This record gives sequence, structure tokens and C-alpha cells, in this order.
Amino acid sequence: MSASTHSSVLKHHFEDLGQQHACERLGIWMFLATEVLFFGGIFGAYTVYRLWYPHEFELASSHLNRTIATVNTVFLITSSLTMTLAIRAAKLGDRSSLIRNLLITAALGTAFMVMKGFEYSADLHERYVPGRMFQGEYEAALRAVFPTDGPALTKEQAEEYFKAHPDEHQKWAAELVLQNYGKSLNDPTYRDPGRVQLFLCFYYIMTGIHGLHIIIGIGCILWLVWEAWRGTIPPENYSTVEVVSLYWHLVDAIWLFLMPLLYLAGSGMHH
Amino acid sequence: MSVAVSHAAPVAAPPPPEPEPAKTNYLNVSHTIWSWLFTVDHKRIGILYLVSITVFFIAGGIAAGVVRLNLLSPNGAIVTEDAYNRAFTAHGVMMLFFFLIPAVPAVLGNFFIPMMIGTKDLAFPKLNLASWYVFIIGAALAIWSVLAGGIDTGWTLYPPYSTRASQSNVIPGVVGVFISGFSSIMTGLNIMVTIHKMRAPGMTWSRLPLFVWSLYATSLIQLLATPVIAITLLLLTVERAWGVGIFDPALGGDPLLFQHLFWFYSHPAVYIMILPGMGVISEVLTCFSRKNIFGYHAVAWSSMGIAVVGFLLWAHHMFVAGISFYAALLFSLLSMLVAVPSAIKVFNWTATLYRGSITFQAPMLFALGFVVLFTIGGLTGLYLATLGTDIHLHDTYFVVAHFHFVMVGGMVMGYFAGLHYWWPKMTGRMYSDWWSRVAAAIIIVGFFLTFIPQFWIGYHGMPRRYPNYPDKFHVFNVMSTAGSSILGLGYLLPAFYLTLSLFYGKKATANPWSATGLEWQTPSPPTVHNFDSTPVVVCGPYEYAIGVDQMGRGLPEPPGPGGAEGPEGRVGITGPPGPMKKETEVVG
Repeated sequence: MSASTHSSVLKHHFEDLGQQHACERLGIWMFLATEVLFFGGIFGAYTVYRLWYPHEFELASSHLNRTIATVNTVFLITSSLTMTLAIRAAKLGDRSSLIRNLLITAALGTAFMVMKGFEYSADLHERYVPGRMFQGEYEAALRAVFPTDGPALTKEQAEEYFKAHPDEHQKWAAELVLQNYGKSLNDPTYRDPGRVQLFLCFYYIMTGIHGLHIIIGIGCILWLVWEAWRGTIPPENYSTVEVVSLYWHLVDAIWLFLMPLLYLAGSGMHH
Repeated sequence: MSVAVSHAAPVAAPPPPEPEPAKTNYLNVSHTIWSWLFTVDHKRIGILYLVSITVFFIAGGIAAGVVRLNLLSPNGAIVTEDAYNRAFTAHGVMMLFFFLIPAVPAVLGNFFIPMMIGTKDLAFPKLNLASWYVFIIGAALAIWSVLAGGIDTGWTLYPPYSTRASQSNVIPGVVGVFISGFSSIMTGLNIMVTIHKMRAPGMTWSRLPLFVWSLYATSLIQLLATPVIAITLLLLTVERAWGVGIFDPALGGDPLLFQHLFWFYSHPAVYIMILPGMGVISEVLTCFSRKNIFGYHAVAWSSMGIAVVGFLLWAHHMFVAGISFYAALLFSLLSMLVAVPSAIKVFNWTATLYRGSITFQAPMLFALGFVVLFTIGGLTGLYLATLGTDIHLHDTYFVVAHFHFVMVGGMVMGYFAGLHYWWPKMTGRMYSDWWSRVAAAIIIVGFFLTFIPQFWIGYHGMPRRYPNYPDKFHVFNVMSTAGSSILGLGYLLPAFYLTLSLFYGKKATANPWSATGLEWQTPSPPTVHNFDSTPVVVCGPYEYAIGVDQMGRGLPEPPGPGGAEGPEGRVGITGPPGPMKKETEVVG
């Protein structure tokens, strides 16, 4: 390392570049450990409720958009590949390849967020949001079946009604009302709307925090592009790219857990 | 290995000549406000933290004063019951999250970890500065929530009260704590990487000063526990802001889940608070008893033991919350287990003192106070770890007294010991020896008077956090309040004599306590880069028996009591003139 001791990328408080890179690597791994614990807390909470309320979670999950989630998974996995190619380019000192791969990675991350935005907007449109929106929609469907000023519909009539008025009530609300028709709260096939909302809380918080991580990652990658363009990432300083890539891979890996937990929880089960 | 050394002429090498006081040190290198606000020097950031947490110590102390004054009469002496709730919450939140957690790691750790391991700075100086700004943003939110009316939930923020019922400023306070948690993570990460990768040549793991070991263990907890409270507080905020039911039983949520997640951080957090204090004590006790630490490896590894076991016993806060009996049994056992490494430390410190030639300067008085008070706090903790007695004592003043013995009698004493020990190095000035010893004595006396009665009233059934109490507890509450005013006076004294020392104090030599650590091998106050050249470490951290520092050079004559120069004023067992056999462990 003595040859690189006088490198322009060496920060003043380090003895040599070897020490600087070792610090950077250890630092990012420790940061990843905190991230794992951060997500671990909410994964733990999710696990508890999923074990307690498996049927509500299946029902709630089955109304999420799996197509978008699948496309997004492809985007993120591919972006991890281009991120790794960027490290290789940085090691070889191939600046144009480095910038190209970083830009592709950032573009894939952006595509992920754009798709996510469409998905959120569709969810919002379906009023599939816990709290007042969910409550209002569910009660509206309930009122249609059990009007305050007239006789209640039978279950068959209710099914007919929801089929005949697909635009007035959301599919999930209709399904929940039909599922719970005539059941007591203690009935094992009763699906508690509060617990369905619980799943949605986890859905929004987990994907929201994950999305925030993606945005921060895109920011870091664009910063790397700027640095590479200025020529401040010479081959002996490729660890800067490696540090960002470790973060990016972690965010990617978290998605690989979120995807099945949130979108595939109801797969293959009839509710 | 053990060697017999002569007591009469132990010096292996002559002490190094007193270094010329540096013309430019880290304090006078620049004077603008921007040079402080944008500094990346770990020493200046340490000072920034020192100033910030002092503000919170005073603010939290005022809140405690309101609580104690109100308890002067059985039906509340000065404030309404609602204001009382807000006062004790403010006291808890400010003292725990904004004073105790950053106190030693962010002030003394920041300042001295790089100097003790012989490097120029922490591994990530900009991250270090960022941590202070993050802390300040979180602190500003917390202060705002207090000034805008306060929080009435208690610092534990249990839902569903905190999410559904409370009419107070829960969200800004919680967000403030959430944000300041990241500053704690940043500090911990920085210190941990620095200890791993930046040690000077020869500074092996078993030559690390025990303060460094304790900060290493602390950083481990900061890194792995703090993110869990972050996500928990986030869930709490979402629940309160949007009225969803993550922890609300009415909506399918589980309030116990919050308690589990909360204590998964907040129990290890008390070890974030106490471990650094223990590290300070290991430094101070050895220096002022002129003895090698007894059982270096035991003390070092007990820090790690506390850090690891500390993660596994959070549910002892929930014994009466309806958790499974078998879980409670296990958590009770594990809680007992953490007493083992704590006791190892106390026994080793006591053995260190044995046959030492002890002087009673202020740092030593605080350190001895720590050992006694921490031992009482630790032993009463065993009552609470025991399932049967905890059902009786849960949520009473017994818990309050136990916790304050450990946190105030332990950590705050440790913090003051460290501050007094390293003050000459940080500022280049000596403070008044007499006043500092008076302050230590007042604090210890005031402390006993404040908290011993609380054990009694707690055992006899006075619940914590209640503004009213039966008449039979009146006299004890008056005693406690009287003690707290003595304690408050004791805490005010350092504010005066330490500030005065900056202007009128005698100039400190490089090594005024004749200590062995690398930090004393720099001028007082240190230069910007700490060391002119990278120091080379040749021996363990506490070679007082053979009288060499970590660079293998002799030590200057230690000060006698009362500032007397020379050895003639020293008290304690010094033995007959001539060679004295001392069994001593050579470390490293």
C-alpha cells in the first residue's frame, strides 16, 4: 500500500488507503446490521400478526397487485446485476462503463418507484387504505346489504346486487361483506375488518420505508455518477462504489422478503 | 505472568520531559463560530455535545425539581395533576434520551477514544459532525413538544393511551426521540469502526484501555438495539396520526407487542447508559490507587457479557403485563444472569483498590461513589428480577429508587468522574481541588437522602407516577425532596468551579494525574491532530506497578491529596520503606 499512500483520495486521518477502505467496508457492514434490525422489528411485528390472523392476512393480500410486484422484482434483481458490473468497471478503471452501469441501475430503481407510484395510486383509487377510507367503504357496502330504512338483502340478493353494481362498491369491500354475511364475531370464518386493516398498515409502512430506501439509494448512485464523471473514482478508490452497492443489494434483498410476505400471503388459498 | 516488583524504586525509565505547551491547540486554532459549527475534529464535536447535553441535564433537572416539589404535600403542592404527568414525562424523556444516552459516548468517547488508541480522528469525521446535527434536530423537536405543553404519557409511551387517549404533544416528542436515535447509531458505528481499524501500532485488543472496551460494548448495543426503537416509534406515530390499530386492541392490535419492541431497545439502552460509566471507573480507580487493574480480561469481557446478555432480558419489565409464566421464568433467570458480569466488575474494582496508595481527588470520590451506589442499585435490581417480589414491587417507588441508584448513582457519577478526570486534558486548566471534592461529597450525601427513603415508601406500596399519596408517606417524601435540593446544589457547584477554571484555573501539565493512557502523552489541551507522530504502544494500559505509560516511558510524580506536590502527603498503605513485594499482573 505504500505506493498509494500519497494518493489524492486518501483522507488525512488515515495511515494508508488500505486502512481507509477497511474502515469504509466495516462501516457499511455495521450500517447494514442496523438496517437489518430496523426492518427486523417490523418483520417481527408482521410475523406475530400473521400467525394470529392468517385468514385476514390472506384475504387482504389477495387484493394487492401482484403483476406490478413481479415486474418490480425483476427491475430490482436486474439493478443488482448492473450495480455489480459497475464495481467491476470501477476496479478496471473503465469510466464510461462505470457511468453507464450506474445510470442503468439508477434508471431501474426509478422505474421501480414509478411502478410503485402507479400501484399506490390504484390502491388509493380502490380506497384500500386503512383508517377512515377503509372504514367508510366497508360500511357503505354493509349499508347497501343491510339498509337502515328497509329489509336486509339475503346473501344471494347481496351477491346479485354487488355483481349488478360493480362501480359503486370496491371488490374487496363486497367480498368482505359477503364473507361475513350472517356470521357472529366468534365464527372462525368471520373476517375481522380491523385485522384486514392491520395487514394494510404493514403493507403501507413496509413498502413505504423500503421505497424511501430506494430513493436514498438512487440519490447515492447519482452522486457516484457525478463523482465518476469528475474523475474522482480512480481504480484504487473503487471501494466507494462497493460501499454504495452493498447498501443497494441490501435494499434489494429486503424487497425479496417483502414481495412474498405481502403479495403472496394469500396465494392458492380460497377465502 | 506475574512478576515481583520493588515498590521503592519501581521506575523503569525516566519520565518524558514535559512537552512544550503547544502554540496552536484544537481550541485556539480558529475562533469563528463557523469553525465550531462545521468542525470535523472529534474533540470539538465532543465539546459541542458537552454543551448540548448540559442544557438537557439542567432542563431535565428542573423537571425533576417540579416533580419533587409537588410531592412535598400529599395532595400535590405546586402543580395540577395533569402538569405533574407532563413534568415527570419531560424529566424522563430529556434525561434518558438526551442526556444519559449521549453523555459519555458522545462527549468523552468522542473526545478520548481516538486519543486513547493513538489516532488522529474517528474513522468518519463528517458522520460524526452529522450525528451532532441530527441530535440537535431531534432535541429541538423534543424541546418544542415540551414548551408547547408537554407529553403526559410517561417516557415509556405505552399505547393505547399514547395513541388513542392522550391529548398531549406525543407526536413531536416521539419524532424527536426517533431522530436523535440516529445520532446514537452514528456515534456507535463511528466508535466501533475506529476501535477495529484505527488502533496505533502495538495497541492490541488486550492492551486497550478498559474505557475503550466498555465503549465498544456500548456501541454494539447502540448499533443493534436503536434501530428497533426507531421502527417501533414509527409504528406508534403512524398509529396516532392516522388512527389505525397496530397496537390498539380495539382494532386487532396488541399493546403488549409495543411493550416487547419498546423494551427490546429500552432495556439494552440502560446498558448504553451504564457501560461507559463503568469504563470511566476502571480508568479512574487504577490511576488514583496507583495499581494495575485487577483482572483486566475479566473486566473487559464482562462489558461484552453485559452487552450480550442485556439483549435477552427485556421482558422483566412486563412480569405483571400478562406474559406467559414460562417466559417470565426465563426472563427472570436471564435478569439474574446479568448481575454476574456486573458483580465481576465490582469485585475486580475492589481488588484493585486493595493495598493501593489511594488519593481522594474529585474523580476518585465520584468513582468510589459510583462503586457504592451502583452496588446498591444492582443488588436491589435482583429483588425486581425475582418474579415473586416483583409482583409486589412492580411500578412502585422501589423501582424508581433502584433505577436512580443505577442511573444517577451509577452513570451520572461515572460521567462526573470522567469529566473531572479528563477536564485538564480537555481544557488545559486545573479546577479547584477543594471545591470539586466538596461538590462530590454534597452529591453523595444528597443522593442518599433523596433515594434511600424511596426504597422504603416503594416497599410499603407507594406507586410511581402518582401525584397523591397517603399521609403515612409524607415524612419520607419530604426527606426525599430535601435530599434532592442538596443534590441539585451539588450538581450546580461544578457549573461554577469548572467554568471559573477556564479563566482562572492553574495551567494543567500534560499528565497531571500521572496516568498511563496515550491521551496523557499529548499536550493539554491537545493539538489538532492529537499526536505529532503515530505513537507506538509497548505495554498494557495500567502499568502503575512498574510505573510506565503505554509507550513504555516513566510516569511523572503523582499529585498528593489537596494538591500537595510529591509523595509525602499520600495516604493509604504505602508499606515500609524499602522493597515491597507486590504481586501484579502484567497485561498484554
